[in-house]
Order: sequence, then C-alpha cells, then structure tokens
Amino acid sequence: MVKRNKLRRIGGFDIVNGMLMVAVCFMTLYPMWFVLVNSFNAPEHAVLGTVNWLPKALSLDSYSVVFNNDNLMHGFFITAMRTLFGTVVHVLFTAIVAYGLSKTNLIGRKFYMKFALITMLFSGGLIPTFLLMTKLGLYNNFLVFIIPAMYSFFDMVIFISFFRTIPDSLEESAKVDGASDYGVLFRIVLPNSMAVIATISLFSAVYHWNDYYQGVIYIRSQDLLPMQTMLYKIIAENSMSFMQQQAMAQFGARLPGNSIKFASMMVATVPILLFYPFIQRYLVKGVMIGAIKG
Amino acid sequence: MLQGRIRTLVRQWQLQSMVIPGIIWMFIFCYIPMFWLIIAFMDYSIAKPMLSSPFVGFKHFEDFLTDDRFWRSIRNTLGMSSIKLVLGFGIPIIFALLLNEIRSVRLKRTVQTISYLPHFIAWTIFGGIMLNWLGEGGVINQLSIGLGIHDREVLFNSEPKYFWWITFFSDVLKETGWSAIIYIAAIAGIDPALYEAAELDGANRWQRMWHITIQSIRPTIAILFILAVAGILGSNFDQIFMLKNNMNMKMAESLDLYIYNMGLVSGRYSFSTAVLFARSIVALWLLLMANYASKKLSGDGIF
Repeated sequence: MVKRNKLRRIGGFDIVNGMLMVAVCFMTLYPMWFVLVNSFNAPEHAVLGTVNWLPKALSLDSYSVVFNNDNLMHGFFITAMRTLFGTVVHVLFTAIVAYGLSKTNLIGRKFYMKFALITMLFSGGLIPTFLLMTKLGLYNNFLVFIIPAMYSFFDMVIFISFFRTIPDSLEESAKVDGASDYGVLFRIVLPNSMAVIATISLFSAVYHWNDYYQGVIYIRSQDLLPMQTMLYKIIAENSMSFMQQQAMAQFGARLPGNSIKFASMMVATVPILLFYPFIQRYLVKGVMIGAIKG
Repeated sequence: MLQGRIRTLVRQWQLQSMVIPGIIWMFIFCYIPMFWLIIAFMDYSIAKPMLSSPFVGFKHFEDFLTDDRFWRSIRNTLGMSSIKLVLGFGIPIIFALLLNEIRSVRLKRTVQTISYLPHFIAWTIFGGIMLNWLGEGGVINQLSIGLGIHDREVLFNSEPKYFWWITFFSDVLKETGWSAIIYIAAIAGIDPALYEAAELDGANRWQRMWHITIQSIRPTIAILFILAVAGILGSNFDQIFMLKNNMNMKMAESLDLYIYNMGLVSGRYSFSTAVLFARSIVALWLLLMANYASKKLSGDGIF
C-alpha cells in the first residue's frame, strides 16, 4: 500500500514532463492557429503584415474572394472528385487482388507474390514513368490521378493478412450455399473487413486530398488542376495573377495577397481538420498493422 | 499431375480473374518503366518511337559523373539525410519515452492525438506557413530580433546556408509525433510485470526507463535505423519542392530534384534516366545490405 502511494506521487519530473508535452501540443497546433487567425484578419490590417495571436479586426473578405473565385472552386471540385473516385477505385482494386492472393491454394501464387515484391525493390522512377503516362494518353487527363494510384503493394499486404484472420468456416458455409468467389468476397469477406477498409480508405483519401505533385507534373490545363497544385502555384511560385484580378475587381486595391493565401490554405485544410478527430484512431490502427507486417 | 493442376486452374478461374488484373497493372505501371530505364543508354528523343533511338553506351553516365551540379546534388542529399539521421533519429524515441512517463491517461491520449495531426496537413499548407514565418516580418525574424540573435531582418529562405536546417526543423515540427507511433506501439507491448519486478527490486524511474523500456524497444530502433540508413539517397520531395527557390537552389537541389530539373524541366530524358538508373542500383544495394544487417541483428529480414 505504501509502495503504491509512493509510486503515485507526482514529482518534479512529472511536472516538467507534463509542461514539455503541453509545449509540444502548442508547437503542433500553433501553425494551424496562425493560418486561421491570418485568414480572418481584415485586409486593411493584413497589409501591415501577419499577426501572431489574434486578428486585429475580424473580416470575412478573404474568404469571400476565395469562395467567389471560379478557378479555385473548380480546383476544390477536382480534388473532391479525385479523392472520391481515387479512393473507391484504389480500395476495391487492391482488395480484390489481395483476396485472390490470400488463397494459399491459388496456382501461381508464389510467382505472383514475387512479381509484386520486385516492384518494391526496384522501380523505373520519375522519367520512364512520365514517358509512360504520356504514351498512355494520361498526360493532362483526369485519369492520371486515378489509375496510377489504383494499387499499392503495402495496402495489399495489409488486406491479405486481414483476410487470413477471417474464419474459413464463414466462407465455406457461403460456398456450400452456392456462392461464387466474387459472391463470397463481396457478401462475406468485405463486410467483415470494415475496420481495415476504413483505414486504407482514409490513407488513400488523405493522399489524394493532399497531393500536389501529380498536378504539377502531369496537368497542363487550368480546369484539371487540383486545389493543392493551385495552392503550390500561389504559395511557392507566388503566381496569384488569376486571383488578384478578381480580388481587385471585388475589393479594389485594399485586399492584400497574404490573407487570401491564408484563406485558401484554410479552405484546403478544413476538411482534414474537421474529420481528423473522428478518423485518427483508424489512421493509427493502420500504422500499427503496417508496423507489425513490415 | 499436370492434368490435376490444369483442372484446379480451371476451377479457380474466378480467383485468377481477381489476381490477373493486378499483375497486368504491375506489368504496365512498374515493369514497363523499369524496362524503359534502357533509354539511359540511348539518345532518346520524345518525337521518335520508344526504342528506335541510337544506342550511345555509357555516354550519359560519363556526362553526369563529370557534372559539378550532380555532385552538388549528392552533397545536398547526403547533407540533409545526415542531419536528419544524426540529429533527428532520436527525437521521436525521446518523445515516445517521455510520453510514456505521463501518468494521466487522458493527457497522454490528447498529446498523442494532437501530435499526429501535422502529418496529415499537406506540404503545400505547411510549407506555406514555413515560407511566411521565414520571410520578411515573419515569426522567425521576430524571434531572432527579439532574442538579439540578428539585429535586422534576414530572408532566411533566400540564403542557401539555412536551407538544410529549414528542411530539418520543419520536418521535426511536422513529423515527430507521427514517427513516434511505432515506438509508442512497441512500448505499449512491453509486459507490465517487468516494471513491477524492477520496482520491487528498487529500480528508480531512470533505471526502469533504461533497463526495461529502451532494452525492450531496441529491435524496433535497430530496424528503423537500418531503414533510415538505407534511405539516405532519398529526400522528402514534397517538402523540398515546396521550399526551394532560385536563390537557395545550390543547397536545395537534392538528387530527386536534380533528376526532376534535368529531365522534366530541361527535357534531357536520357541523361536524367541515367542518373535515375545509377541511383536505383545504389538504392537497391543499400536495401539489400539493410536486409542483411537486419537478419544478422535480429534473425529476421525486413522483407
């Protein structure tokens, strides 16, 4: 009893450690807070530079520019579409391939697995892949977001190991009732794999939502650019011309670029921030499965 | 025997029809690019059919090996990777250890949840924040002037000498929590009886941390370290691509970026494919060595 109490006592170390952890949380959240307050900063104050803690005067002007900008809103739409279709196609395709490969009596299984593993060890890389996309007609094509991201070895391995944990008796009884392999997969196996499907979908969705690089390499026309690629152009290349014109028309010269930048960043991040608290345990679970396998 | 196998194959046609599209996908999107690495030995031009360009042997390899900019990109890649490895590798481990010492379950959960968040923020956003902080009137300038480190504003991201440190610190800020997950999981798997026994023997907090926690997660640390060493030729492209500019290019151009600039910006496809090819070979060798080392250390390979 005495021992227990001694252990429970909070010492100097616990206090310092606790403060350190709170500091870590602060440093983690502060960048997002910074974007948030600056996106709401009123234009006449934003000209003077960014604010660190609170907006000098609250204003929705920057958001009004962002939401009235057809280009950016179209980019938002493209991103939403690629996230939706990209994720569904990725999960379905990878799961179907994985189900076939999870059967130990599959003829050619060893060969298939080796064939897949080699792609992990060696790859063509940027230039040959780029040439392949152009030859396949995927250059400047919406499908370049979907098809090359259809499959992933890593996710396939996660699916395979999960499918193996589903009791054979479940599948057997469905087979006795005359179900085909596809029937078993879609009616028995997938409905019993919701946890792993959620995890892989979320990782895929986050990838599609956040990726800007595919758009930089493969997309030429403005109307196929995802929002993140536009943001890259706005922030890193500082090309705001297409927004500035509209902002000028809407607000005259008093609207500075900076708060529009922050408002666009906020719009691009809000979906992640909103869903994050609910989805984070699935994301963590995904890493755990991956860590055990890898 | 053979007939039996054929009969099984026919019976399995549904399963086979699930797997084969995947194999075809891999063939097209992984194996064809691998095969096309052959243009490293050609003078490829995009106007001609794929394999009708003339063979030139190792010309492009000689070209890049005598290109100062190539060696500069090697230096930058190794520089940034080394900083990450030497100074950065321990940070998630320390974070996981300290987090493990937090007694309140609720605080622990909260810190965990919050610390993972930046991993899911796009580099466009995070890089944008960094660029603002490093720029004129930004947070970093306010801090450095306030603390008396500099007496006037510095455009940190336009000065090449800061670039490696910018990538290092922004990576620490964004990824520490997420990188700690594996260690947190490993620590969670330690048998509590070990701690109880150590406590009865009178071990204090540091002794328990050292003799039980760290000893128990040593295999995890070893594997992640080996993998980090194997990945030394890689760089975080999303990050560097976002933070680079014309002013800091001489310290920012990593091998990945060099390949991108030479290939997709300058259109020297064969040349940059030669660089890619050489890098893939070295990377494969590093990976195989890593696997060998991991087998030696823990009796279990990485793959």
